Amino acid sequence: MSLILSSAPHVRSKANTQRLMLNVIIALLPSLAAGIYYFGWRAALVVGVSVASAVAAEFIWQKLSRQKVRVYDLSAVVTGLLLGLIVPPSAPWWMMIIGSFFAIMVVKQLFGGIGDNFLNPALAARALLLASWPALMTSGYNIGKFADATSSATPLLAGASYMDLLLGNVTGAIGETCKIAILLGFIWLLVTRTIRFEIPAAILGTAALLGWALGYDPLTTVLSGGLLFGAVFMATDYVTTPMRWEARALYAVGVGIIVVLIRKFGSYPEGVTYAILLMNIAGPLFDRIPMHRIYGYTKAKKEGK
Amino acid sequence: MKATFRGGVHPAHGSKRPTQALATRDFVSDTVQIVMNMNIGAPSKPCVKKGDHVKVGQVIGEPVGFLGLPVHASVSGEVVAVDAIPYLTGDMVQSVTIKNDFQDEWEELHPLGNVEKVDPAQIIPAIKAAGICGMGGASFPTHVKLTIAPGKKCEYVLANGAECETHITCDDRLMQENATRVVDGLRAVMRALNVSQGIIGIEDNKPAAIAAMQKACQGRHGVRVQVMKTKYPQGGEKQLIKVLTGREVPSGGLPIDCGCVVVNVGTCAAIADAIIDGKPVIDRICTVTGAVRSPANLRLRIGTITEDIIGECGGYSTDPGKIFFGGAMTGMCLPNDQLPMAKSTNGIVVFTKEEAVSAEESPCIRCSKCVDACPIGLNPYDMKIFADAEKWDVCKKKHVMDCMLCGACAFICPARRWLTPSFKIAKQKIAEQAKKEAAAK
Repeated sequence: MSLILSSAPHVRSKANTQRLMLNVIIALLPSLAAGIYYFGWRAALVVGVSVASAVAAEFIWQKLSRQKVRVYDLSAVVTGLLLGLIVPPSAPWWMMIIGSFFAIMVVKQLFGGIGDNFLNPALAARALLLASWPALMTSGYNIGKFADATSSATPLLAGASYMDLLLGNVTGAIGETCKIAILLGFIWLLVTRTIRFEIPAAILGTAALLGWALGYDPLTTVLSGGLLFGAVFMATDYVTTPMRWEARALYAVGVGIIVVLIRKFGSYPEGVTYAILLMNIAGPLFDRIPMHRIYGYTKAKKEGK
Repeated sequence: MKATFRGGVHPAHGSKRPTQALATRDFVSDTVQIVMNMNIGAPSKPCVKKGDHVKVGQVIGEPVGFLGLPVHASVSGEVVAVDAIPYLTGDMVQSVTIKNDFQDEWEELHPLGNVEKVDPAQIIPAIKAAGICGMGGASFPTHVKLTIAPGKKCEYVLANGAECETHITCDDRLMQENATRVVDGLRAVMRALNVSQGIIGIEDNKPAAIAAMQKACQGRHGVRVQVMKTKYPQGGEKQLIKVLTGREVPSGGLPIDCGCVVVNVGTCAAIADAIIDGKPVIDRICTVTGAVRSPANLRLRIGTITEDIIGECGGYSTDPGKIFFGGAMTGMCLPNDQLPMAKSTNGIVVFTKEEAVSAEESPCIRCSKCVDACPIGLNPYDMKIFADAEKWDVCKKKHVMDCMLCGACAFICPARRWLTPSFKIAKQKIAEQAKKEAAAK
């Protein structure tokens, strides 16, 4: 009889890395479907190129650097999918390849691969594309169902009804417009316990409150632009968020504040990307603030360095 | 209201179902091998030799040192061997093998009678003489736990009936079948310590046990049942105290430092047996489940060999891949099925070859599920980095010594990282270092 000897625990939860990534992919499908419905086949092409090049970038890097190929963990698929959903539907294919390669090779792999990137790869790639090809990144919404609409770079449409905002009957990035689809994905992520509700809730709550204080309609603030998509899918990225729930809350409040401040005072019409990227950088610092109580200590003890 | 603590995981997943409804039955094998290190502390010294005839309950191992406990023969018959065998940790341990003559001839017992009438001063010596140690798995000598250091005061005695581990249902069955004995044992401890409040904590997945215990508590002085939410590690001493009393054990301290003494319900029943019948620990209930043909709750004589136990349960249902004593979260693996069970063996679980395969460790994705799961509020992600780097002093600063090795972080980790084993090593290294420093002074 040969028995395995190992240290406890002898059971592991069913959710492994691959399963969690698959949950995110499933959660993004409604948004993808809505994007294709509103913007047509062009949107599918953009997302397809983005996903394929992200996976290719990961595979090539891991082969070249002689690492174990971990493409099967699906994290590159998630990155590609996220990037594809936050660009305009008529983004050129070569731009998506550049974006995906930058996200995977520079932002993710150069810093150590999965778990070690300090920025959200998809958002960092979007920031790169926005800085490099601002015209291409802020136009090209007028295809599919919007072929006749006048171009509007700002997703903060004055006059759009709540219903239009919810259904996605407004122009914007492929996956960001249809809020119903995003909410469906959000529910899936919560039900499967892939993410916790604190971060999206705190971001949206803060943005609504601050928006209201600065004279915006709170509901429009939440439903317009990429805020909902960012709060649900981008700000909840495991790697770039703090680990303690107290720090996560601070991080989320920070995102909410910066989003509204950029919308109100910034020269960009929309600030979700930069708000999250900025807070990605601040996140690890929040984890160092000793505000977590450990069992058996009377006061919150410093966690040491 | 159902009380609970922060953090924790849900690993049981119905793993208790196969044995939950199975009444305890007796099993006595023809040979027992009783090891001498069944409790924390120095191993006992065998005081019988090959060829001796022993009776049930006869002392065969004498206590050594402050934490020492006597060991009793669990069957009557002839001593066929006194030798050293490698036990669970791999260390060599003295053992006494007895061939059962099935006469069930008992040593003369000295009952003290009703727990409500017995002289409180007699209770703790009787517990020691009966060889009682923590039956929930910790195997700490109970009489030492109940000897309160000067200046400390005990206000609560907590009976731990949480049974939060996976697979194990022996306490559940004990509370259903022998509720009065559990309450008797709890009352004995309360009287020995002159404490007026006794709480029995039970997880809400054991409604039959809760009902039985509530009934047994009726008319008894100062004892009550508190239902707790089902969550691992609800039965951890620290979590139990927090949930039942709202207090916290200070870091590095003992339950008594916050006025509590925690005793497992199995230990309570053993205490009652020792007082009322004068019976030492010669048997215990043990859950046998997993890849065996007919899972069971068995009342086993201490020292029954694993192979015999599996045989009593119909044998292996498939090729075994792993066998461990205890539940799946903290159980200790066996190298083969020739080892005997001991006083603290609450379960024997057999895994198939497929179940036994350990998942490969993959890169951490910083999902912080480990941080959310830690019932102590530690940051396992952070501690693991420094444990892997063998920076033990940094681990210590990050409170690895407060880790109770419950396994919740490793269970929940999607990257399948070996968090708990790393912390176990870190704790050992830090303890060794402290010993060295103390020796140097």
